[in-house]
Amino acid sequence: MRARNYFVGAAFALLAGGMAHSAMAQDIKIGEINSYSLLPAFTEPYRKGWQLAVEEINAAGGINGKKLVVVSKDDGGKPADAQTAANELVSSEGVAMLTGTFLSNIGLAVSDFANQKKVFFLAAEPLTDAVTWSKGNKYTFRLRPSNYMQAAMLVEAAAKLPAKRWATIAPNYEYGQSAVAVFKKLMSEKRPDIQWVDEQWPPQGKIDAGPVVQAVAAANPEAILNVTFGADLVKLVREGNTRGLFKGREVVSFLTGEPEYLDPLKEETPEGWIVTGYPWYSIKTPEHDAFLKAYQAKYSDYPRLGSIVGYQTIKAAAAILAKAGATDPEKLIAAAEGLSMPSPFGEITFRKIDHQSTLGAYVGKTALKDGKGVMVDSVYKKGADYLPSDAEVEKLRPKD
Amino acid sequence: MSVAPPLLAVEGLTKSYGGIHAVRGVSFSLRSGEILALIGPNGAGKSTCFDMLNGQNKPDSGHVRLLGEEITGKKPREVWRMGVGRTFQITATFATMTVRENVQVALISHGKQLFNLFGSAPNFDRGEAGRLLELVGMGGYADRPCGELAYGDLKRLELAVALANQPRLLLMDEPTAGMAPRERVDLMRLTAQIAREKSIGVLFTEHDMDVVFEHADRIIVLNRGTLIAEGSPAEVRSNPQVQAVYLGEGLLYDAEHREGASA
Amino acid sequence: MAFYVVQFLTGLASAASLFLVASGLSIIFGVTRIVNFAHGAFYMIGAYIAFTLTERLSGAVGFWGAIVLAALAVALIGVLVEMVLLRRIYHAPELFQLLATFGLTLMVEDLVVLIWGPDDLVGRRAPGFRGAIDFFGQNIPSYDLFLIVLSPVVLGILWLLFQRTRWGVLVRAATQDRDMVAALGVNQKWLFTSVFAVGVFLAALGGALQIPRDAVHHAMDLRIIVEVFVVVVIGGLGSIVGAFVAAVLVSELNAFGILIFPKISIILVFLVMAVVLIVRPWGLFGKPEAAARKTPGLTVNPWRPLTSNERLAALAALVVAATLPLFAGNYALTVGSEIAIFVIFAVSLHFLMSVGGLASFGHAAYFGLGAYGIAFLAKMAGLPMIVCLLLGPLLGCMGAAVFGFFAVQLSGVYFAMLTLAFAQIVWSIAFQWVSVTGGDNGILGVWPEKWAASPSNFYWLALGVAALVTIALRAMVFSPFGYALRATRDSLLRSEAVGINAKRIQWTAFVIAGTTAGIGGALFAYLKGSVFPDNLGISLSVDALVMVLLGGVETVSGAVIGAIVYKALNIWLVSQTDLSKLVLGGFIVLIVVVFPKGIVGMLEMLAQRRRKASPPGSPLIAKPIESAE
Repeated sequence: MRARNYFVGAAFALLAGGMAHSAMAQDIKIGEINSYSLLPAFTEPYRKGWQLAVEEINAAGGINGKKLVVVSKDDGGKPADAQTAANELVSSEGVAMLTGTFLSNIGLAVSDFANQKKVFFLAAEPLTDAVTWSKGNKYTFRLRPSNYMQAAMLVEAAAKLPAKRWATIAPNYEYGQSAVAVFKKLMSEKRPDIQWVDEQWPPQGKIDAGPVVQAVAAANPEAILNVTFGADLVKLVREGNTRGLFKGREVVSFLTGEPEYLDPLKEETPEGWIVTGYPWYSIKTPEHDAFLKAYQAKYSDYPRLGSIVGYQTIKAAAAILAKAGATDPEKLIAAAEGLSMPSPFGEITFRKIDHQSTLGAYVGKTALKDGKGVMVDSVYKKGADYLPSDAEVEKLRPKD
Repeated sequence: MSVAPPLLAVEGLTKSYGGIHAVRGVSFSLRSGEILALIGPNGAGKSTCFDMLNGQNKPDSGHVRLLGEEITGKKPREVWRMGVGRTFQITATFATMTVRENVQVALISHGKQLFNLFGSAPNFDRGEAGRLLELVGMGGYADRPCGELAYGDLKRLELAVALANQPRLLLMDEPTAGMAPRERVDLMRLTAQIAREKSIGVLFTEHDMDVVFEHADRIIVLNRGTLIAEGSPAEVRSNPQVQAVYLGEGLLYDAEHREGASA
Repeated sequence: MAFYVVQFLTGLASAASLFLVASGLSIIFGVTRIVNFAHGAFYMIGAYIAFTLTERLSGAVGFWGAIVLAALAVALIGVLVEMVLLRRIYHAPELFQLLATFGLTLMVEDLVVLIWGPDDLVGRRAPGFRGAIDFFGQNIPSYDLFLIVLSPVVLGILWLLFQRTRWGVLVRAATQDRDMVAALGVNQKWLFTSVFAVGVFLAALGGALQIPRDAVHHAMDLRIIVEVFVVVVIGGLGSIVGAFVAAVLVSELNAFGILIFPKISIILVFLVMAVVLIVRPWGLFGKPEAAARKTPGLTVNPWRPLTSNERLAALAALVVAATLPLFAGNYALTVGSEIAIFVIFAVSLHFLMSVGGLASFGHAAYFGLGAYGIAFLAKMAGLPMIVCLLLGPLLGCMGAAVFGFFAVQLSGVYFAMLTLAFAQIVWSIAFQWVSVTGGDNGILGVWPEKWAASPSNFYWLALGVAALVTIALRAMVFSPFGYALRATRDSLLRSEAVGINAKRIQWTAFVIAGTTAGIGGALFAYLKGSVFPDNLGISLSVDALVMVLLGGVETVSGAVIGAIVYKALNIWLVSQTDLSKLVLGGFIVLIVVVFPKGIVGMLEMLAQRRRKASPPGSPLIAKPIESAE
């Protein structure tokens, strides 16, 4: 059969490809994986962010004098492909560590790969609590505030609302389910008096918004928790606006203040939603100013939250590599645990106990300004303040 | 001592479609080794009748018995297992397989080896397949893809396939349709010879009256779903009712042809 | 009460866009027999172009003009696609057109991002239909009312078109019997082109009309295409009225279903389709398909076992492949393992599809079940790897036994759609039943034991199993069972007439294919160390189809080559570029046009041409084409 010949040919091609890349041995390489083709709206700004970081780091002399190179791969939104990419980065490219990923399942797949192959992995965006807790492992660290942290930040504001009858709308998969579960749990602890009167679980990416809005309205809640995002959010908001669902009701919404999700809404932006997000236009700190200026100078575009995440991921990776002074994973872990560093949001620390960074998020209210959605009354919430006690975390995390 | 039941006994076969009687109360019988022709003008119910004999179609009422055993309502494959082979008006063969393989499929089925996953089918009963093909004069075509065969050859192949389970009864729906006159004679002669040698009963429908009158031992005539005549070729030929039916149809048939030719 | 009325109206509005797109698909399939996978892509392009035009043209006239213009523009693109691409392959094996349109879809997904950028786009609201109308305290968006009125109007126009025009009569005739229309001396080419244009126009109109209520983005096509297929099948292929009724049925069931089971949306359409197909195998308004050609494509080269020389060559190739670990690195070996696993997956589908003539659109279900089988056995029961590998595929086997029983009662596209429905149901369970399957986050830590952990050992394991499976399935093709299976594929009538219980044969083949796919899935779980609902998903099922078609559906070992080429190319492209879909799609389209019989089919033809030393254009070359007509 000619089959095998093709096969060998393909293998040779792959080999050759691998060799061509690993020519410069003096550089320090970081392997980066993300869903570039599936989620370009989020990964484009993210890529710009990390490219800016690489530029800054190398302009400042690299890592302990060595040039930093980021080798980036697309995972197409599939965990299995992300693992193939991780494998290529580790085996063929010889990267010092893996970073990146957006979707929770891909973050977990790469985290599990890292654990198995004993490779350092810095997860950038995946939100699921499992990455650092129930499926946490010694090789995996995470930058972004987790689902739990964002829920805790929102609950703090939501608990102050007078509303007692709550409904939830969340995409029907692990992220939506766990966001609702954590929110409900924390909320009920603070406010035993509230009632959950309806829950809607549209399929992710396929919301049939009309009936969902109608069904929620029929339950007549005083407040609504929303976890949908992206195109689903647009449909939900449009139907909700037309049908008056949000009139006289409080809405608490995950991630909606991020420019990635808020900007497409334009004049449809609902006002007064309590959201987590990134109001880049109203952050007045020196750290952020510096970042904003550099970013706008390089790209003539404003940053999205993805830009911050991409930027800080590589900055954090570089800080870890610099402190470790080596690329041995055990040394990287030792260097990363408890390491503090500056970020555009202020100083952050990678906790020793669960490898979660203390990067926080902004909580504020949505508003409409000049036909565009913005966040107002934004307050930065430090990640460290919204994590459970160490004793609880110990219980959540499997023993290494 | 009771008389041995006939090979095929059909009793009061009836079938209607949406109130129109396609076949109404048809009864006849067939002996082993006998060649019986079923004729009638277009739309007389021949095909419907035929399809009910091997289970392709279920009658509304009536019985079909093979050597006294009820076969009404049985599925075609069950009827085949009882020893009834069949050929179709429009040939049905396995087009992507070779001529030999077509016969081998029938032999595999006959040998109850259909679920044999690891045997070698190309070598399955090659000898018997070859003999059957020789019998119908297709020996030289064994390795030809079935899809390449001329229509007449396909008809002969169908005959070989139908003979693979050593049938007691052969049902042949227009066996010579689409063949050249010479081929028709050859095929029917062959069929008759096989039927007599192996004592197989043959029931066939046919449009070509030359074929019918030359090869049938007995003829039954259907018109508008009912049996209007039965007897030897000579008897049927002289039956005025049959003449009336066929004269009309013959005219019609000719007229159609002339129209078609001039168009 | 008012609430239920409004919920009903909301359901009707949701049905409108579904109906528009579905009716287009139904017309195209009815006449050309093309399973137009790109229909969702046309819907998406319609939305994108309408977005651009509605932003440019102002006022009410501008808005509505833009919607119609967009649909017309896309219809024009459709005409081009039909003339340049599809026309060349009407005579290729059935489903090959599916491959071509799949390639187009891949390309379009990347192209729209290149043209319109990655961000979600939110277009204008429709002038005159911005607000809502108060109905006893309930709000009904006026745009919904517009859509509710529009779809019966479109239905009416289509009805008039089909009943009252010569074109319509021809289309209906062609839907019932293509050959007859050809015989009537109608210019079939232009009939097909015009039908394709109308179908695409409806899809694009459906997309353009989403502007006021949806976001325009590059995954819109996938969001709708599967659902639209389902609606078309529930309604009955080729039936416009059926598409209308099915769209309303599905939308209303959803609108009211979420009041009782809020989680039902994800699975509802597939449940409805499965039930409808089991009860009414040709959909609500469909007619049994005329006894069309059953084979995926007629080949005049009968299959034959390998000669002893070919066997030696295959063995030599296998030996060469087995030496890969001596010189290749870990990454190449892991990719090699993955390719070997996809060879297993592809040959399993090939057995069902090429040998059995049953093209499954949901074959990943059994692959994924095998993978989940491993995850359950290894993670929950803690069994050793060898035991898991032996028992894990049984889950695929059981799934295939249950679903296959129902699926083989149908044939053709209906069979394909029922398998798709079952696969989606299994996927939904894996996706939603978080407590058992981990949902989207999957089951982690399913790594091989020490003896198989090193990339070279695992590679040898995968290669060995792939070789065994390929040999076993090939042996089955030439076993008595294989002959019987091919017999049922070539002629159901004849096979029943020679005592073959076709359904049981096909069911057995389904179980064999499912179990084999399960073996592939089991190895895949160990290769990746984890199992995700993706492993049962539609895109994996489509991958399998593409691999078989690419290799050549009429060949015995095309699937092996198809799997190797497609998978290697896919992995390589994903690694090299973010535009892998564009390149891969382009490659597929090219293959379809250049090698309409698949890669191996083409090689066989060349080999045969050389063997017979006949000049090009000889009857030998012409015949396969003729026979497919």
